[in-house]
Amino acid sequence: MTSGADTGAIHDIGYRKYDGPRLGSAYVFRALTLNSLRGTFGLGRSARSKVMPMLLLAILTVPALLIAGIAVIGGAEKLPVDYTAYAINLQVLVSVFVAAQAPQLVSRDLRHRVVGLYFSRPMSHGDYVRAKLLAMTGAILVLTGLPLLVLYVGALLGKMSIGSNTQGFLRGLAGAVVLSAVLAAISVTMSAFTTRRGLGVAAIVTVLLVLSGVSGTVSAIAEQQGNSSLAGWAGLLSPYSLVYVVEAKVLGADANGASMPPGAIGGVVFCLAAVAIVAGAYALLMLRYRRVSV
Amino acid sequence: MSTVVLRDLTKTYGGKVTALSGLSAELPAGVTGLVGANGAGKSTLIRILLGLTPATSGGASVLGLDVATQGPEIRGRVGYMPEHDCLPPDMTATELVVHLGRMSGLPMTAARERTADILRLVSLHEERYRPIGGYSTGMRQRVKLAQALVHDPALVLLDEPTNGLDPAGRDDMLDLIARIGALFGISVVVTSHLMGELERVCQHIVVIDGGRLLRSASTVDVTAVTGRLLVEVGDRATEVAAHLVAVGVGARAISAQSLDVELVDDATYDHIRDAVVDLGVPMVRLQRARHHMVDLFRDEQEPA
Repeated sequence: MTSGADTGAIHDIGYRKYDGPRLGSAYVFRALTLNSLRGTFGLGRSARSKVMPMLLLAILTVPALLIAGIAVIGGAEKLPVDYTAYAINLQVLVSVFVAAQAPQLVSRDLRHRVVGLYFSRPMSHGDYVRAKLLAMTGAILVLTGLPLLVLYVGALLGKMSIGSNTQGFLRGLAGAVVLSAVLAAISVTMSAFTTRRGLGVAAIVTVLLVLSGVSGTVSAIAEQQGNSSLAGWAGLLSPYSLVYVVEAKVLGADANGASMPPGAIGGVVFCLAAVAIVAGAYALLMLRYRRVSV
Repeated sequence: MSTVVLRDLTKTYGGKVTALSGLSAELPAGVTGLVGANGAGKSTLIRILLGLTPATSGGASVLGLDVATQGPEIRGRVGYMPEHDCLPPDMTATELVVHLGRMSGLPMTAARERTADILRLVSLHEERYRPIGGYSTGMRQRVKLAQALVHDPALVLLDEPTNGLDPAGRDDMLDLIARIGALFGISVVVTSHLMGELERVCQHIVVIDGGRLLRSASTVDVTAVTGRLLVEVGDRATEVAAHLVAVGVGARAISAQSLDVELVDDATYDHIRDAVVDLGVPMVRLQRARHHMVDLFRDEQEPA
């Protein structure tokens, strides 16, 4: 459509209709999940927002590179670190990443009321919540899984036992999935209830570090007093020790002398706790987003 | 075909607060103004039309789709511009509109193309690559409008699009709305608490007050010419009026310079001419008086 007959000039002020495909909810869900996942590493965002997540990814991966390198050159029989223990040992860094990225993933949309623009589109509240949870889980999985992959490749290059390393790697990866899901559930839920981003960051890092500290302290005191079963149950207090117990009890990882809850009951309870955290967080998030007005 | 049909639509909150009460109307294609004071129920109506809030009783359909059961389909074919601020400050206009285009189901390439088109149509040029945090109110309103249009909807719901704009920005926004209706072929429902501005761009007008329908009518009817003439003279309007009454023409001075004359036939014009010539007063203006939309309220409030 052109106009401008009255001015003698041709201005293209035309509007083009769109006749192409309109993709369904599966596409929209995938697009939101991937967009959110990329965002947690600063991809598609400003250069400044890439610094922190990329730095943390590097810091978490470099030790794995060094360990793998030394093991290869030194011709070790076995990696000096367990796949399942790697992320737990570097939990402070993982917590910092989670605390920094979960609020930008969900608080921003709430604070600036961008959610209204999502919910006035075909997407359901449930899809939004699931996409955000999945994106955060994926981000933590990349962060904690990449070092494991480096260790595994190093072990294979160093001609270590393929069988035991593959088993250990898969076990570590399964543990990383559980850890990622639990941490994502906690951090996304906390962020959805604190619309101020700074507050969300502080709250998440505090909760993760304090819980870890409390769990460790209670466990150590109980162990000293000879109450090893209480020392084991104390692991429930922190997401990291919770996952460590699940890895040892369910996936058969080496506990390395850490306190464990007694018997099969302990393993079942810890597994149920992990499931309950994820399910509870999902339910809370659904309630939270139903209350959002457009 | 009607774009929006309301059938005895009622919405109460907790059985106490009545937001909408027995609203029935049919909105034709084109630009429709939804007028009402703040709190009249405009935003509630929009939420119901988007299928986001269920009606308490009665029903509505949008583009032939039922709001109670076909919410997602409606939201796929309708664009919505909220009244409140809803833009993330750290994204650029392009990034945001591309992303929201995909959220409406457009493939990536199509979302990019449509974003470039729409941002040009709403006159956001170089700024579109800068973070929204630094935008003026007028630019933010245009980004909000762009995201409502990116997926080429059949209908857009614009909630108070001129809010917070200066007079020039208001004019630009109203021109843009008129163009969306006329050139883009997209039907528009636009809310405002200001009558005058909607008169300019709407073909149809719905007035609600306290959740009740006051009037639903075409603006052509509403602002149709009346059987009266507005005459402005240099001064001595009273004498001119008296002169006209003396020759049998219904006339009444409104002020010292203007008078209201009853138009019977073409002879009325001759009488007016003779009157001003006889009295030697200069004639400044002579025009058919029109109804204004404000009269809608006046009629309702003081029934004649």
